[in-house]
Amino acid sequence: MNRSLKKYFPVFLLPTLLAFVISFVIPFAVGIYLSFCEFKVITKTEFVGFSNYIEAFTNSDFVNALWFTVKFTAVSVITVNILAFTFAMMLTRGLKGTNFYRTVLFMPNLIGGIVLGYIWQMIINGILYPFQQTLYSSADYGFWGMVILTNWQLVGYMMIIYIAAIQNIPGNMIEAAKVDGASSVQILRNVTVPMVSPAFTICLFLTLTNSFKMFDQNLALTAGQPGKETAMLALDIFNTFYSRIGYAGVGQAKAVVFFIIVALIAGTQLWLSRRKYEAEV
Amino acid sequence: MKKTIIYSVLTVTALGFAAPIIIIAYNSFKGRLYITDELFALPNDTSFAGLSNYIGGIEAVGFWSALKYSLFITVMSVAVIVLFTSMSAWYIVRAGSRSTKLIYYAFAFSIIVPFQMVMYPLSKTANVLNLDNPLGIVIIYLGFGAGLSVFLYCGFIRSIPYEIEEAAYIDGCSPIQTYFRVVFPVLRPTAVTVAILNTMWIWNDYLLPYLLIGNEYKTIPVAVQYLKGGYGSIDYGYMMAVLVLAVIPIIVFYLTCQKYIVKGVIAGAVKG
Repeated sequence: MNRSLKKYFPVFLLPTLLAFVISFVIPFAVGIYLSFCEFKVITKTEFVGFSNYIEAFTNSDFVNALWFTVKFTAVSVITVNILAFTFAMMLTRGLKGTNFYRTVLFMPNLIGGIVLGYIWQMIINGILYPFQQTLYSSADYGFWGMVILTNWQLVGYMMIIYIAAIQNIPGNMIEAAKVDGASSVQILRNVTVPMVSPAFTICLFLTLTNSFKMFDQNLALTAGQPGKETAMLALDIFNTFYSRIGYAGVGQAKAVVFFIIVALIAGTQLWLSRRKYEAEV
Repeated sequence: MKKTIIYSVLTVTALGFAAPIIIIAYNSFKGRLYITDELFALPNDTSFAGLSNYIGGIEAVGFWSALKYSLFITVMSVAVIVLFTSMSAWYIVRAGSRSTKLIYYAFAFSIIVPFQMVMYPLSKTANVLNLDNPLGIVIIYLGFGAGLSVFLYCGFIRSIPYEIEEAAYIDGCSPIQTYFRVVFPVLRPTAVTVAILNTMWIWNDYLLPYLLIGNEYKTIPVAVQYLKGGYGSIDYGYMMAVLVLAVIPIIVFYLTCQKYIVKGVIAGAVKG
């Protein structure tokens, strides 16, 4: 569009591009390469093909973490979205005090994962104390602790997106449905839900990736205890890198697998929203 | 009747959502033993410990220095990101060449890559380039935060009519003058969104500062985690006080910028 713009490349694009190459492009490329390497000593590596990947999948920690993460993600996605949508419906009826409730419900979303994790560690241990149990007594406590924590953090966030979508429904559509004699259940099913379906896609995938990639909360709440039973994927990758010397190659192979799963999820979302968009046009 | 049900459900929920923070807050004034044994009891004459948890907790984690580093890193990084990525996005859209398109897709691609994928090589690269200090980490945040920010800016810039800039060029402005006098003021709403999203991310980020500068310079999340790691068994009194201190800046930020935060997180929901 503008030829004379080209000589301004060093001013406008270069600083960001350099930072991007240093902190993303190089580490990403090196990361893929290292996943095929064995670390002899810290500075010396040797190409070993797929053996890191084989080791990652024969390692029971990784498989357990994957399974735990999938279970946790499935439960969280369902509970977070049901609660968020229900509260969004309640807060879009023009009741007094709506703002206050919205403010309170959204607030936990701003608190960082580490702080959030310790807050809930205290609360859950306080609840379990009279039964002479702690969060470390059973993996079930850790699992449900993570689910509760995630709901506390994400319900307000998703609720806000649902509220925005519900408020975008033209008022006359609902009026027209009422005039035609539709019951409130019918309006919900045939007007509200179809109209907010793009928000459903966004929220489902947002909770999906947020839960799947969770690290800070996991580290602070249980740190994987008891044993490594409640370690999720991101935490298992971290432990592989930093708590055993010589396992960086295996850690990196796990990280590549982790990345591929996340990329597949993102790709599915892109494909779904494109397809819907085309169907509408 | 229906209204009463909705109000009671909402009130119970709001209480449930606020409860963890309230419980932590009043426990921070109780003696250590009373916290583990009777978490839900309010402080009384025997359990009240005054400010001793705060004094001990601040000392144990070096809270003031953590606050200083958190503020410095967050403010610097966000300022740098807001400015540089907006310039880059404008250049990408207006130059519109094949190479800038390729760069745009590289930025967009980086949004979906989880941190664990680059964590290990990144901390080595930062070591080699001497970026493992509070100023260097700003450059890393610019690079790693560029993806989402450039993406958001580009979306907005494409909707700005080119005629405004053309008029500035005809009046004799250089691209730099045009950008700062005409374009950047128009970008304000997106700049606010980018600032909010990056503030929330960088202020709360744990792994990057832990891996790069965690030994020497502790940010607040690193300091909170250190309270556990450094001692073996946690002093619950200190922990409560430090948690309260960590939450206060967030609540202040939320109550002062609530409108922008809500708008920002909705705009940023594309990220995932």
